[in-house]
Amino acid sequence: MTTPKMTKINSGATTRRRALKLAAASAALPLVHIRTGRAAGKVSIAFWDHWVPAGNAAMQRQVDAWGAKNQVEVQVDFITSNGSKNILTIAAEAQAKTGHDVQAFPSWEVHNNADLLEPIDDVMKRLTDKYGQVNDVCNYLAKVKGHWLAVPTSSGTQYKGPCGRISVLKDKAGLDIVGMYPAKAGHTAASDTWTWDAHYQAAEACYKAGMPFAIGLGQTSDSVDFAGALFAAFGAELVDKDGNITIKSDKVRAVLEHAKKLVKVLPDDAVSFDDASNNRALISGKSAMIWNPPSAWAVAKRDAPQVAADCWSFSAPSGPAGRFLPYLPFFWGVWSFSKNKGAAKDLIEALLQREPVQERCDAVAGYDVPPFNSMLDFKVWEDVEPPKGTVYNYPLRPFHHAKAHIAALPAPPEIAVQIYNRGTMPTMMAKLKSGQTVDQVIAWASDELEGFNR
Amino acid sequence: MADGTNVPVGGLAAASPKGRKTAMQKFAQRRSTTGFLLCLPLILLVACFVVYPAFYAIYLSMLNKKMTAFVGLGNFQFLLKRHTFQLVIFQSCLFAITAVVLKALLGFTLAHLMHNIPGKNQKIWRGLLLVPWVIPLALSTLTWWWMFDPSYSAFNWVLNQFGFANVPWLGVGWIARFCTIAVNVWYGTPFFMIMYLAALKSVPEQLYEASAIDGANAVQKLFFVTLPMMRNIISITVLFSLITTFADFDIVRILTAGGPQDMTHVFATYAFQVGIQSGDIPLGAADSLFMFPILAFAAFFVLRGVTKRTKEIAA
Repeated sequence: MTTPKMTKINSGATTRRRALKLAAASAALPLVHIRTGRAAGKVSIAFWDHWVPAGNAAMQRQVDAWGAKNQVEVQVDFITSNGSKNILTIAAEAQAKTGHDVQAFPSWEVHNNADLLEPIDDVMKRLTDKYGQVNDVCNYLAKVKGHWLAVPTSSGTQYKGPCGRISVLKDKAGLDIVGMYPAKAGHTAASDTWTWDAHYQAAEACYKAGMPFAIGLGQTSDSVDFAGALFAAFGAELVDKDGNITIKSDKVRAVLEHAKKLVKVLPDDAVSFDDASNNRALISGKSAMIWNPPSAWAVAKRDAPQVAADCWSFSAPSGPAGRFLPYLPFFWGVWSFSKNKGAAKDLIEALLQREPVQERCDAVAGYDVPPFNSMLDFKVWEDVEPPKGTVYNYPLRPFHHAKAHIAALPAPPEIAVQIYNRGTMPTMMAKLKSGQTVDQVIAWASDELEGFNR
Repeated sequence: MADGTNVPVGGLAAASPKGRKTAMQKFAQRRSTTGFLLCLPLILLVACFVVYPAFYAIYLSMLNKKMTAFVGLGNFQFLLKRHTFQLVIFQSCLFAITAVVLKALLGFTLAHLMHNIPGKNQKIWRGLLLVPWVIPLALSTLTWWWMFDPSYSAFNWVLNQFGFANVPWLGVGWIARFCTIAVNVWYGTPFFMIMYLAALKSVPEQLYEASAIDGANAVQKLFFVTLPMMRNIISITVLFSLITTFADFDIVRILTAGGPQDMTHVFATYAFQVGIQSGDIPLGAADSLFMFPILAFAAFFVLRGVTKRTKEIAA
């Protein structure tokens, strides 16, 4: 249809003044905020590819809903941690200074990329004002020079405490783990007897009964996290918070003396364990206890229901310096080279509200642990079965009298990341298992630590 | 012999209107120009994906950990002082040299056996023996890993059936080293076999006949006819394999991830652990570049030998 006005323009009667007006209006058009499809631009986000497939679907649903509501086109990628692919992607994007707007950073990667991350204090302030403070490990890993560079998330965040076989531990070691850590709020006197000595005695009894604790002494994270909790319980720091090497201490010697006994009752092939070895040992019914999040239990529920029905997650043993539970948080951070930082931050904040966190937590049967204690009242940990309440004590609860811990804390993160990823602590234990003396192990580790301090 | 680089193509038809060619026309009509233009895509690919990354790695290896300052050869000096890295150098050399020698010996033997199989059967055996080489390495190594698995090793199951105790295949340093080398030999031997088989087939039969008339026995034929005729192909194959074996990542990463107690780390796996996992990319780059002088040294001598022998044959 041709309008009279158009006819006039098409007839060539456009004046220079009119043309200038049109040009000015065209130039100003992007400055006007028009609420139309995808008006707020695009955001790309890389999430950790969840072990539990339902976790990705729940996340995608939430992101789609947020995008539709806020008129933002969101590109979501789920990147696996198998073969460290997520870390490789982060390293590549940091080098190229392009890629996703938001990345899911595993524990140490915030510090590794601190210079390229957008401070996110505003989001953290609103979240902590609403839901309370996060734990010391999150502060240690994501707060750099007083600024939050990433927000601790629930997605992929896990505790890695003990998961034991109820009947086996009771029969072979006289350990009533359900009695110590029942599926209800409140401290029990029995849990005070759960010490590292008790842990060793139970490990020895189960080893003799042919059901050893499947604890690895390799260099992968399950081995490192276990060793980190043990060292922390004895107050044994390899490097202090100021970066001084403190390995030649009585506390380190004490933990190694304990480890010397413990490694003798661990599986003969513990030094070659990876993060799947302990799961397999539990699921196949060959082990009385492992240190892991409920992923092993979840697989057992599918593949060996009778084993799953006998599993119970509980807190770590206590030592002279306290009770420390391995904790591996994930963070969501915005690259400084992101082209849509505002929308990226809004998305992160929206996804960390109580309702979406709970929905995702339910979808993954409680595997994800929220960073805020105020969210620990989700029903999922009470309801999951079999047996009912098996993961109630999986997240750290105030009455456990424990602290979340990551191996190598409190060393400065640039040193700690090397202690962690090189598996220094489990390697020390592996050397003890191979017959080296405590002095030889300390000498070796001391040399290693000097190399990390550059 | 004319090299052809200055021979004009279609010179008669391409004269300028004034009967004289411009410099540009002359340049465009050279065969070397055509050759260069045809090679240009490849040159660009090599420049983008080989030359640039190589120089970028050299640049990275000379930065400090935060990548904010130039430290020259500081990272290399630092690495050389570390006990663990000295262990990595030893293990990389042990892994590469042992594996290449074993692959060469096995490949040579298999090639001879294959050469003596008559008719169709040779094709079948050749195809079968090439299988390890054509399966993606990561997949086949995963299969090996299952067989060496700490808890459910297939090998241990067999040993148990005969009353023997379990062997911690990947849990004891020297056994784990043996396992990584064995898998590399399993994977790489078919390459040597096929190369040597091709070389064997190119040795003129008359040489064997002449040596037989001279009274040479089988061993003498091997040392005085076969080996001298195969020297170039042996050298090139060994060099090529040495480069790929030194740079091997998959086998060690999948089987042991460098453990137990760092006793199987090679340059590539250690570089990954230091550079990517521990966030020290410059140190990781320096680590991976340690291979460069070793391989350059080997390549120089091997290629010099090949060139010398080629000239001797031509003369």
